[in-house]
Amino acid sequence: MYGRGLKPLSIASVAALIGAFALVFFYAPLDADQGFIQKIFYLHVPLALVALGGFVTGGVYGIKHLRSGSREHDMKSYVAIHLSIILGVATLATGMIWAKASWGAWWVWDEPTLVAFLIVFLLYACYQPLRFAIEDPDRQMRYAAVFAVIGGAFVPLCFMSVRFAQAALVHPRVLDQTGGGMPGSMFFTFLVALAGMTLLFVTLWKFELSSKHARAQLAALRRRVASA
Amino acid sequence: MGPALPLDEAGAYVAAAYLVFLALILAYVGIMASKLGRIEKELTELTELAARRDADDPAREKEHA
Repeated sequence: MYGRGLKPLSIASVAALIGAFALVFFYAPLDADQGFIQKIFYLHVPLALVALGGFVTGGVYGIKHLRSGSREHDMKSYVAIHLSIILGVATLATGMIWAKASWGAWWVWDEPTLVAFLIVFLLYACYQPLRFAIEDPDRQMRYAAVFAVIGGAFVPLCFMSVRFAQAALVHPRVLDQTGGGMPGSMFFTFLVALAGMTLLFVTLWKFELSSKHARAQLAALRRRVASA
Repeated sequence: MGPALPLDEAGAYVAAAYLVFLALILAYVGIMASKLGRIEKELTELTELAARRDADDPAREKEHA
C-alpha cells in the first residue's frame, strides 16, 4: 500500500542528493566572505526547511484526522513529525558546526533564528512522550492531532515573528525576494539540494509508513491466528 | 563574522557537518532494518504455526492446497 512507488522514489532521492552534493563541491563557487565553510549552507538550510515543512505536514494530517477520525491520517501525521525531529537534530548539529567555524561559538543566544528553531524543536521533542503517555488509542490519536495542528500553526508564526523582529540579525536570510543575494549558480545548487532533501524526506516517510502498516497487519494476523 | 577560515581548517568543519548528516541517515536506516528483521521473524513464526496446524488437520491442508 505505502510501499508502492518506493523503489523509483528511493532511486530519485539518491540521484538528486548525489547530484546536489556534486554541484556543491564541483560547481557552486566559493563564497566571497566565508570561503569553503559556506558549503555547509547547502546541507543545513535544506535540512531546516524540510524539517519545518514536515512539522507543518504533520499539522495538516492532524486536521485531516480530526475531521475524519482516520487512523491512516494519524499515522501520516505521526511519521511526518517523527522524521522532522530527526532532521531537526541534523539541522541543529550542522548549524552548530557552521556557527563554530563562522562565528567562533557553538551557539549564539541573541540570534532570533537559532532560538526560534530551538523552541520549535523542543516543542516537538515533547510530542512523543505526550503521545505515548496516553493509553487509550482513540484519545491518543485525537490529542496527538490537536498537538500537531497547534504546533504546525506555531511554526510559520514563530518564523514570521523572527522576520518582523527588529533585532540585529547575524544569521543569513535565504528566503527573501533576492534569494539571499546569492549568484545564480549558488541558488541553483541550493534548489537542487532542497529538492534532494525533500525527496529523501518523502522516501523515508513512505518507507516508515509501509513498515508500520506491515507491522499493524502482522499484529492483526497474529490475533486472528490466536483466536482461530 | 570573522574572516574566512583556511581551506584545511574549513574542510574539517564541512566534513564533520556532512558526516553528521550521513551518520544520522545511516542510524535511521539501521533502526528501520532491524524493525524489518523483526517483522520477517514474526512472519516466519506465523507461517510455521499455520504449517503445523495444516499438518495436524489434513482436511485444512487439502483446503489450502
